[in-house]
Amino acid sequence: MKVLVAVKRVIDYNVKVRVKADNTGVETANVKMSMNPFDEIAVEEAIRLKEAGTAEEIVAVSMGPQQCQETIRTALAMGADRGVLVKTDDELQPLAVAKLMKAVVDEEQPGLIILGKQAIDDDSNQTGQMLAALLGWPQATFASKIELAGDKAKVTREVDGGLETIEINMPCIVTTDLRLNEPRYASLPNIMKAKKKPIDEKSPEDLGVDTTPRLTTLKVEEPPKREAGVIVEDVAQLVDKLRNEAGVI
Amino acid sequence: MSVLVISEHDNTELKEATLNVVTAAIALGSDVHVLVAGAGCAAVGEAAAKVAGVAKVLVADDAAYEYGLAEPMADLIKGLAADYSAVLAPATTSAKNIMPRVAALLDVAQISEITEVVSEDTFVRPIYAGNAMATVQSSDAIKIMTVRGTAFEKAAAEGGSAVVESVAAAGDPGISSFVGRELSKSERPELTSARVIISGGRGMQSGDNFPMLERIADKLGAAVGASRAAVDAGFVPNDYQVGQTGKIVAPDLYVAVGISGAIQHLAGMKDSKVIVAINKDEEAPIFQVADFGLVADLFKAVPELEEELGKVGL
Ligand SMILES: Cc1cc2nc3c(=O)[nH]c(=O)nc-3n(C[C@H](O)[C@H](O)[C@H](O)COP(=O)(O)OP(=O)(O)OC[C@H]3O[C@@H](n4cnc5c(N)ncnc54)[C@H](O)[C@@H]3O)c2cc1C
Ligand SMILES: Nc1ncnc2c1ncn2[C@@H]1O[C@H](COP(=O)(O)O)[C@@H](O)[C@H]1O
Repeated sequence: MKVLVAVKRVIDYNVKVRVKADNTGVETANVKMSMNPFDEIAVEEAIRLKEAGTAEEIVAVSMGPQQCQETIRTALAMGADRGVLVKTDDELQPLAVAKLMKAVVDEEQPGLIILGKQAIDDDSNQTGQMLAALLGWPQATFASKIELAGDKAKVTREVDGGLETIEINMPCIVTTDLRLNEPRYASLPNIMKAKKKPIDEKSPEDLGVDTTPRLTTLKVEEPPKREAGVIVEDVAQLVDKLRNEAGVI
Repeated sequence: MSVLVISEHDNTELKEATLNVVTAAIALGSDVHVLVAGAGCAAVGEAAAKVAGVAKVLVADDAAYEYGLAEPMADLIKGLAADYSAVLAPATTSAKNIMPRVAALLDVAQISEITEVVSEDTFVRPIYAGNAMATVQSSDAIKIMTVRGTAFEKAAAEGGSAVVESVAAAGDPGISSFVGRELSKSERPELTSARVIISGGRGMQSGDNFPMLERIADKLGAAVGASRAAVDAGFVPNDYQVGQTGKIVAPDLYVAVGISGAIQHLAGMKDSKVIVAINKDEEAPIFQVADFGLVADLFKAVPELEEELGKVGL
C-alpha cells in the first residue's frame, strides 16, 4: 500500500507571532518556519506502518512556495520515500489545498492519506475532511490510534466527551491528534540520505486546479491584551481577594 | 433567506453549545431554523423548538444519524443547505468533523470558529492560537461556519415556539460504522459550560494527585481541566485538555495549578474573567495573564486552599 502524507510549512510553534503594523497579516520575515506539528505525527505514523510491513511507500506532499521543499526534506529525513511539491506563491485556503491534494491522489492512487487535524497557523481544521468529501472516501479525524486490517481501518478518535472508535473502509483519510504517537528526530545519516530522495515539482496549472481564495482577509489585528494582575502573599489573601474583590467564589 | 443551525445532542438532550450558535445565527438577521439529526431524537426536536428565536426545527430521525458519523451527516446537510444563506454549527469535535465535509460537497469555504458576526458575509476568527484576530469576508453563496461558543451568549432555552417538521433521511453511503465510545463520566460540570475551572499541569506530577484538585472543584462547583503535558503524561483523560487544540473555555474563574502558561494553553483560557495561577516559578509566563498569582509549591498551597475555603464556609 502507498501512503500519502500532507506536510505544511508553518511558523514554528515556539515563535510568538506578531501582527504587522499595517494590519494585513502577521510578521513572517526572519521568523523560524517548521513542519506543522500535527504533520510530523502524520509522517511518524506512516513510517511506523512501513516498519510494520503494512505500507510499502510513503509520499510526502506539500503545497506552497519553493521553501516547502525544506518541509518535504524533513519528512524524507524522517523516513518518507519521495516528495511532491505543488509550487505556488499564491495564497492557498483549505478548499484549494484539498483540491490540489485530490489531483495528486488521482495520480498517485494511495490506499491511505494521513493529514494533521489542524494547521497551527490558520487553525482551520478543515483540509482532511474536505479532501475526504472530494474523493468520496470515509474519514477518521482526530485519531489517537489506527489499526489496519484488510480493507478496513479501525480508528480511535479524540472527541469532546472522551474517546470514540469507528471502522471505515479503505481507501480512507485519517487526521492526526496529539496522542497518536511521538514523532522521531531525523538522524544525521538519514538527513544526508534524504538529500538524494526525489521531489517531484508541479504547479496548480499542471493539475488543472483553480485555487482562487473564497475568503478575503480584510484585516488582522492583535487580540485585546490581558494585563498581569497582582502577586498575593499567601493562600488566605488569595481567598479573600477572590471572595471580596473579584466576587467569583 | 433563512439560516440553518446544526444542533449538538446525544439523541436525548439538546446540548447547550447549540444555544450559543443560535445567538450567532440571530446576528445574521434572518429566520433561524435548527436541524436535529439523530435516531429516536424526537425529544431533542421538542427542546429545540422551545429555544427563543428559533422559527423552525427540522428533525431527521434515522438510524444513519444515531452516532453522528460524518459521511451520512454531511450528505444530509448538503441536501438541505441549498435553501439557506448560511449553515452554522458549534465548534465541537462532532461538528468540526462534519462541517468541512459539507463545505467541500457544496464547493464553498468554511469559516472556522467565528468569534464575531460583523455582517452577513463578514466574520472575525482567531488565527495563530488566538495571537491574531482575522476579519474575513466570504464570496460564497452559502456560508458554512463553526462558532466558538465562548464568544456568544446562550440563547434562552425556553420561550420559543417553533414549528417542528420532519425531513427525509439522505441515506447512508455505508463506508463508515460506529464501534464504541469511552466517555469520561463525571458528576462535575462540563468544561465548556462550567462557571469555575481548576486545571492541573505537569507540576501535578501524577494522576494520583488530581483528587487534590477535585476536592477544591467540589467545593466551588467547578470542572477539572488540564494542560496537554498532564494529558500526555497520562495523569487525566484527553477530554480534560484546555488549549489551542483542546477545549476553549471562558469561565468566571480559571485556576491554573502547576501550569507554565505556554501559548497553546493560553489560547484555550485567556478569555476567562478571572485567572488565578499557582506556580513555584515566579518567572512562569502564566503570571503574565493571571489576575492573582501565588508563587508557591502547589503541594503546600492546594491543601491550604482547601482549608481556607472551608474556613469561609465552602
Ligand atoms: C501543536 C501543539 C498543540 C498544543 N496544544 C496544546 C493545548 O491544546 N493545550 C495545552 O495545554 N498545551 C498544548 N500544547 C503544549 C504546550 O506547548 C506546552 O508544552 C504545555 O501546555 C505545557 O504544559 P504544562 O504547563 O503543564 O507543563 P510545563 O510547561 O512543564 O510546566 C509545568 C509548570 O509546573 C510548575 N511546577 C512544577 N512543580 C511545581 C510545584 N510543586 N508547585 C508549583 N508549581 C510547580 C513549573 O514551575 C512549571 O511552570 C501544544 C503544543 C503543540 C506543539
Ligand atoms: N499547504 C499545505 N500543504 C500541505 N499540507 C497542507 C497544507 N495545508 C493544509 N495541509 C494539511 O491539512 C492539515 C489541516 O490543515 P488546516 O485545515 O489548514 O487546519 C494540515 O495539518 C496538513 O496536513
